[in-house]
Amino acid sequence: MSNDREVDHDTVPPANKGLLAAAGVLLAIPIIALMWVSSYAKVEPKLGGWPFFIWYQFLWVFLCSAMTYTAYRLVLKARPHRPMHREADRDGDEVAR
Amino acid sequence: MNTVALAAIPTAAPAAANTGVNGVALTVLIVLFLVVTGLGFWATRWRRADSMESLDEWGLGGRRFGTWVTWFLLGGDLYTAYTFVAVPAAMFATGAVAGFFAVPYTIILYPIIFIFMSRLWSVSHRHGYVTPADFVKGRYNSKSLSLAVSVTGILATMPYIALQLVGIQAVLEVAGVGGSQNIIAKDAPLFIAFALLAAYTYSSGLRAPAVIAFVKDTLIYLVIIVAIIYLPGKIAGGWDAIFGAAEAKMAKPSLADPSKPTGAFIPGAAQHWAYATLALGSALALFMYPHSITATLSSQNRNTIRRNASILPAYSFVLGLLALLGWVAIAAGTKPIGLDGKPNAQLVIPQLFEDMFPSWFAGVAFAAVAIGALVPAAIMSIAAANTFTRNIYRDLIKPNASHAEEAKVSKLVSLLVKAFALVFVLTLDKQNAINFQLLGGIWILQTLPSIVFSLYTRWFHRRALLVGWVVGMIYGTLAAYNVASPATKHFGGSLANMPVIGKLGYIAMSAFVINVLVAVVITVILNALKVSNGRDDTIKGDYFADAGDPRVEKHRDMDDQLTAGPAT
Repeated sequence: MSNDREVDHDTVPPANKGLLAAAGVLLAIPIIALMWVSSYAKVEPKLGGWPFFIWYQFLWVFLCSAMTYTAYRLVLKARPHRPMHREADRDGDEVAR
Repeated sequence: MNTVALAAIPTAAPAAANTGVNGVALTVLIVLFLVVTGLGFWATRWRRADSMESLDEWGLGGRRFGTWVTWFLLGGDLYTAYTFVAVPAAMFATGAVAGFFAVPYTIILYPIIFIFMSRLWSVSHRHGYVTPADFVKGRYNSKSLSLAVSVTGILATMPYIALQLVGIQAVLEVAGVGGSQNIIAKDAPLFIAFALLAAYTYSSGLRAPAVIAFVKDTLIYLVIIVAIIYLPGKIAGGWDAIFGAAEAKMAKPSLADPSKPTGAFIPGAAQHWAYATLALGSALALFMYPHSITATLSSQNRNTIRRNASILPAYSFVLGLLALLGWVAIAAGTKPIGLDGKPNAQLVIPQLFEDMFPSWFAGVAFAAVAIGALVPAAIMSIAAANTFTRNIYRDLIKPNASHAEEAKVSKLVSLLVKAFALVFVLTLDKQNAINFQLLGGIWILQTLPSIVFSLYTRWFHRRALLVGWVVGMIYGTLAAYNVASPATKHFGGSLANMPVIGKLGYIAMSAFVINVLVAVVITVILNALKVSNGRDDTIKGDYFADAGDPRVEKHRDMDDQLTAGPAT
């Protein structure tokens, strides 16, 4: 925080808040959709003999996977990694590996 | 339609049940089992490290597993043999509420862990944490809170390991092994299987289940996909008949209590809360188990778990198909009868496979379930052992234990844990294991505030978290104790009336909400009184660290000396 050259690592790395929020929404949608049981606890419309209740939840496997992957791309973009250096450690000593 | 489905029962099927040893299937099972055992021992050399004498190597496979290894490992770890036996069994016996909730559960699981698991990975990478209790201790310097988290983890994991044995037993029973009245002959196969598992877990650590998971998952995918394509074709009327038969069975009056239907084909309005809370509570709880965290921390960088969150649902899809096999079994008229002559729903999937598949493929399917038990049993015992070593042995008994000593203790404890599970299953009624696992799910969720909330904030007071945990544990245990079912007086299920809402819901969720409320109230009081919240070893940047960022080593000099110390 003191100057540009020395990063204070006791801070949250900067991020694009908008992208993070978008990722958050993508992650929340499947949870809300599946918690809302009354929206899908029914037999009709059937699909190839499968009750709506069954095939709709299978459909969410794919939707959720796609949304999670999109959220992953967004999060990577939103907050690039801020590398940490040894000097940044609180006790400041070199670490032997 | 329903009567058509009932008429569609293949006549040959029930006659084949439990007539004795299924030689071909058993041979295939044994051969595949031996292959896996060989792989387990070979795993020591896989991605060999200079030294296995540390928990990072033995207990976390060197923290170097990439996306695909992690995918196999987590898939092998979370979707256990018990799941594969119990979920279709629940579908078969009581329908969608008890069985199919596993599908929404394992879908919403991944957005949930996407959110916080990367943080846990990062802070654990920076500080060398091996268990969630390590993190809690670092965050608050509170031994009591870390002990609460670790003891809960061990208590919840032990019956889970025991249940993996129940999975193997189910397969062996249907294959016709274990029928002898002689207790030694009866349990010898199980004993041998577990002894071998214990031996290669001891020598190879987390590398063993990682290697075996490849075989396990390949077999599981193969068997389920073949089953879901092949079996409906063998039932007259196909899927229409299968769903019809399930609907008819669930609507029939229950045998135990004729005033109620057998189960739920599709959850009725009164069961929506139950369905939703079972899914949400289970999803929140799963990554609090030490074995889930062990598999996550063994990945090579911060984002491995996030990438995995979008590819792990492949397993959820397979689990959903497997759940439906429980209903296929209804239409097929499968009669799951144990060697003792009593009906046992847990045997329904192995029995369905034996009835409907050619013997050799039934053997492959049996092997998939049996090997499916080994991977989680290995990871769970490693995770429980790591937790004991780090959070009980090192924190309370020997604070300056070296890395080599830690690895040694952990290896021994992993043996003890498995021996305990074996004794548990062989001497006690299986119902006990199931009761404890049910309780374990309720208990483990009570550690979530201490672990997950603490990844974001130190607003919560360590003592408030501890009191919240105590209250949640007591409420959850009592509520579960008071659930009666036709089969048992206590621990009859995981659903009870939720306070305030007044509908049936998952006990773990009610206990969790109470836990959080208590923690909030006490935090407000303690913060107002300015009671110290302990020292925090972590800094904000730690929660975003990635591979390549240096590790903070607290006792660097001592660690180096001790690690290099004893010649191995």
